Parts: sequence; structure tokens; C-alpha cells
Amino acid sequence: MSRISSRFAELKSANRAAFVPFITAGDPNSDATLALLERLPAAGADLIELGVPFSDPMADGPVIQASSQRALKSGMTLVKVLDLVRRFRKKDERTPVVLMGYYNPIHKYGTARFAKDAGEAGVDGLITVDLPPEEDEVLRVPAAAHGIDIVRLATPTTDADRLRTVLNGAGGFLYYVSIAGVTGSKTFDGSDVKAALARLKAQSALPCAVGFGIKTSEQAAEIARLADAAVVGSAIVEHIAAGASPDQIAAYCAALAKAVHEARQ
Amino acid sequence: MNTPNTFRSGPDPQGHFGAYGGRFVAETLMPLVLDLERAYEAARRDPSFQQELDGMLADYVGRESPLYFAERLTAHVGGAKIYLKREDLNHTGAHKINNCLGQILLARRMGKTRIIAETGAGQHGVATATVAARFGLPCVVYMGAVDIERQKPNVFRMRLLGTEVRAVKSGSRTLKDAMNEALRDWVANVADTFYIIGSAAGPHPYPAMVRDFQTVIGNETRRQVLHKEGRLPDLVAACVGGGSNAIGMFHPFLDDADVEIHGVEAAGKGVETHKNAATLGKGTPGVLHGARSYLLQDGEGQVLEAHSISAGLDYPGVGPEHSWLKDQGRVKYFSITDNEALDAFVSLSKLEGIIPALESAHAVAHVMRVAREMEKDKIVAVCLSGRGDKDAATVAAALGEKI
Repeated sequence: MSRISSRFAELKSANRAAFVPFITAGDPNSDATLALLERLPAAGADLIELGVPFSDPMADGPVIQASSQRALKSGMTLVKVLDLVRRFRKKDERTPVVLMGYYNPIHKYGTARFAKDAGEAGVDGLITVDLPPEEDEVLRVPAAAHGIDIVRLATPTTDADRLRTVLNGAGGFLYYVSIAGVTGSKTFDGSDVKAALARLKAQSALPCAVGFGIKTSEQAAEIARLADAAVVGSAIVEHIAAGASPDQIAAYCAALAKAVHEARQ
Repeated sequence: MNTPNTFRSGPDPQGHFGAYGGRFVAETLMPLVLDLERAYEAARRDPSFQQELDGMLADYVGRESPLYFAERLTAHVGGAKIYLKREDLNHTGAHKINNCLGQILLARRMGKTRIIAETGAGQHGVATATVAARFGLPCVVYMGAVDIERQKPNVFRMRLLGTEVRAVKSGSRTLKDAMNEALRDWVANVADTFYIIGSAAGPHPYPAMVRDFQTVIGNETRRQVLHKEGRLPDLVAACVGGGSNAIGMFHPFLDDADVEIHGVEAAGKGVETHKNAATLGKGTPGVLHGARSYLLQDGEGQVLEAHSISAGLDYPGVGPEHSWLKDQGRVKYFSITDNEALDAFVSLSKLEGIIPALESAHAVAHVMRVAREMEKDKIVAVCLSGRGDKDAATVAAALGEKI
């Protein structure tokens, strides 16, 4: 069983939702990212989304855009992202790591070689924002050969017809984008998310994570009552932007994790 | 490589021109681009749509545009006869309006009530603002902060037309960043907004749709040159940024094996420097703004900043059909430096009384170079994609003159 499946199985038996923090690799530098990665599981991270910086992050709001710029400025590359995961895996064998980013760096690296290297580094899943199902076979096939799930996205614009396409080939978990908008830009509507998740659950047995519009512990708890995982990105990255130390960020994440973990009690 | 029976059949149903094109957008936008594709296919087959577009092209844009024999330029160069396809005489002063009209008529058919666009030089922004005013739709144009600085007259024109111009301060603050921001707007306004892309780039169906709306350039040129000369030209040329005027000019000639076709990119300060926009000449295949195509990028797949004195060519990507035509060898792509373009800008102004857009000046510079080596009975048709009034300040500064 993959790390992602095992983790969601554990959470299900404990009747807990997963807390999934997002941070950008290399923001503000490689050492700080590794220090934070190593602290996140103890702070309550059930899975970790590690952002791969890209020069043109079309689906991201200003906070993640700036984070990508800082990471690129610090010299972060896809090779170094895999190295971070490899080093993290020396300390943590169980926490799934999902890389989130855009297709071009992977395209440039070479999809087959990337899938192999990422699998060996200990990457568990890939969310490639601008690689829709129609185009992702080139990555999905080699990824599957190396035990990596392609995590598909569903959004408020995904109708029943589209959902069939999204689910065909989806692995690991489904990622529901709770708002029509870029990361960190709007706040989700709880009843809309609830209805959307019901539609997803009716069509798929995969766990459902929700992200893009969660900023506070209260919102994270609300999602934790509806979904299998709550992803928080921009709110954490804002702390990194403000110069918080890995310990301070871990403490902030611990509060979010607590809200998520206690939401169903 | 096998030569296809026709170079005009692309893209395939998934929007691919060979290995290029496709739909590389966030999932939120996928239903929208699929919807757009269906709506465009339906419109394309509807004679009343084409009729409405043709009527507007005639009475609002002023088509057809002349194919003008540049007699003094030809004499000056001393080689092949040079014809200029006068897209600069269109309403708003460039070819961009051909496409904007097509797209806004489609937007109306789809019941969309808000228009967005990106712009580099401001020509596409002005054309979009113009059609938005004409049809009474609110419009937001994204423009890089750097471009706003160097294209102030166009910014004012857009505002005068009732469009809100939003300065883009992210990334390199030029056209590619404006396109990122327009895509972000579209993701956030999925229900009511129609995104009018200005180049033959972006996710399918844009490259094919923009091409179709721009082929009026090549179709007219073909007819006009046959009428004036009784035969097809030996060479057809156009400048290539994203490549919309070029693909519109080229497409009707692609299957005429005797017609040589040249696309002209911006070499900026030189293709040997990092300050250029020669995507097809210096780039490698990559994925940006919804399509796989040649791209100026570093070894890590990060997109590089382009450079050209012409804001309209200052783009690190290129339309996917051009990438395919390059690989097929059907179209040859060249580049012209800032300085060469400036020389052509001045030459055409003085010899013909026609001030070309800096973008178009690249094509003129290339044609002046190659026509010289051709026999005097040969015929060259070059697309003069826009007029140069907007570039007066840039050119004056480059020539060291104060205005």
C-alpha cells in the first residue's frame, strides 16, 4: 500500500481529517525548507504538499507568486526539490509528500526520467496544475511505474460530464479546489463545498482533500468536518514571507492541525 | 520526415499541431475552453455568423485592406518587387481588430457580458477596447507595468474607449505576465467573462480560432496579388511575436509549394545575447500559457524574459502552429535586431511615406535584405501589420531625439 493510501486509511479509522500544509521548496532557502519539512510531521502534518517554484504560476495568487519568486531567487531547481525530499525521507519514512507545481519544469527535466528520480527520492504524488487529464498521460504512465499517484483536481466548474474525465486515471486522493479563483484569493462557501463533495463521493472512492480558500483554524475545522483533508497554503506562506523561523511556522501549523484533528470530536 | 498532403488541416481534435498546441490549463478553465471550442465550431458553421463578421470587417474595419506596390522601396532595394499588405490602414491601426471582432461576436453568441484581454504593445488592448465599446461590454485589459510606461498613448486610448487598464507588476512586467494575470482573472470570473486572446497562442481552440479570424489577411493578399500580377508571389513574409498576423498571412499560401514563406522574429540586441525574443530561433519546446510550443527558457524550465524594442514582439513564447511549421520546414524563421528594425522604420517612412509599427518594421527589414538578392521580376508580399504612430516616442528616444 502506498504512503498516501496508508495514511488515509489510518485517518479514517481514527475518524480524523488530514491536515495538509503547503510550502514552497526553497522559500526562503533550501535549508529553511528542510528544517521546516522535518518539523511538520511532529506539528501535525498528515501529508505535505511541497510547491515546486515556477516563473509563471498562472493559478496562484500574489502570496504564492511571491513565494515562488523568492525560491527561484534562492536557486531552487527541480533537482534540488528532489534532493530535499530525499533528505526528508532519511528522517521520515511515513509522511506522504506530494509535489505541486506546473508542467514546464517537469517537461524540461523529461517526464520519464523525472518520474523515476521522483519515485526514488520518495515522492508520493504529483499535482501538476496545468496538466489536465487530456494531456497528462505522458507523465501518468511513467509515474505509475514508479509508484507515484497523479492527483487530479476538481473545481466549482467541474460538471458531471467533466468529473468522469477527471476521475479516469486519478490516483492517491482527489483535490477539490474550493473556489473559482487563484490560491489565497477568496473564501470558500461551506454549503457549496458540501454539495460538491457529495457529488465527488458519489462517483469516487478516493479520499477528498479541499484547498485554495482556507485561511483560518475555524475554516480548516469546517472543512475537516466535510472532507478527508484540509490544505492550507497561502496562510502559512504569509508567515514565511514575514520572516518567521521554522519553529514559529511549525507552531502555527500545529494550531491549524489541532483544529483539523479535533473538528469531528 | 514525411511531407503532409496539406499544411492546412491542423489542429487535430485535441488541438495539436503535431507535437505542439494542446490545452495546458488549470482544471477550473478546462470546462470553459471546451465550451469555447464547441461554441466556436458552431459559429464557424453558421453562415449568419460569418455574414455578420464580414459586414463588420467591411464597414467598421474598412476591409479589404490594400495590397500596395512599394515602388520607391523596391527601387531603393534594387531587387524583387515589394508589395505591402496594408493592415496598418485598418481601423485602430493594426491587424488585431480582425480577431477581436470575431471573438467579441462569439462572446455575444455565448451570452458573455464581460471582456478581458492581455496586451503588450497595446495594439491588441486598443482593438479589444474598441470592440468592447462598440458592443457596449465592460472590458478590463491587463498590461505589464513596463509596457504601460513605453506605450502611454495606447494606454490613454484604451481608457478613452471606456476600458479599465490594469497594470501588471508581477514577474518581468511585460506581455507574458499580463497573460498570466488575464488567466488569473478568467479563473476567478468563470461565469460571465470572455477572454479575448490577441495572438495565435494559448490553449486550444485559441490558436486555430485566432488564425481563422486572421486568414482574411492572406486570403485577400492572394486574391490581390493574382489580380495585380497574374500569379502568386515568390515570397510571403510577416513578423512573428506570438504570430497572429503571420499565421493569418501565411495560412492561405501554405499549400502553394512555389511560394516561399518567411517569419521574422525579434533578435533584440542580437541572438548571441540574452536580450532577444527569437523564440523559434533560440528557444526549445516547452509549455506556457496553455500550449506546448517553442519557448525561451533556462535549463530548469523557467521561462526567460524576452527583449525587443518592439513591445508587441517582446514575448518568450510563440503560437504552436508556427512551431509545427518550423519543424516541418514549410516556413523558415529569421530574426532582425532592434537596430535593423529601426533602420527599416526610418527607410519606409522616408521612401514611401508610411510609418510602420516597430513590429512590422522587422518584417520590412528582412524583406529589404532578401529582396536585394532576388531577380527584379520576382514578387514579395510582406504584411505591414500595423502603423507606427504609437512608436514615435520609442523611436525618437532610440535615435537620440527629444520630442
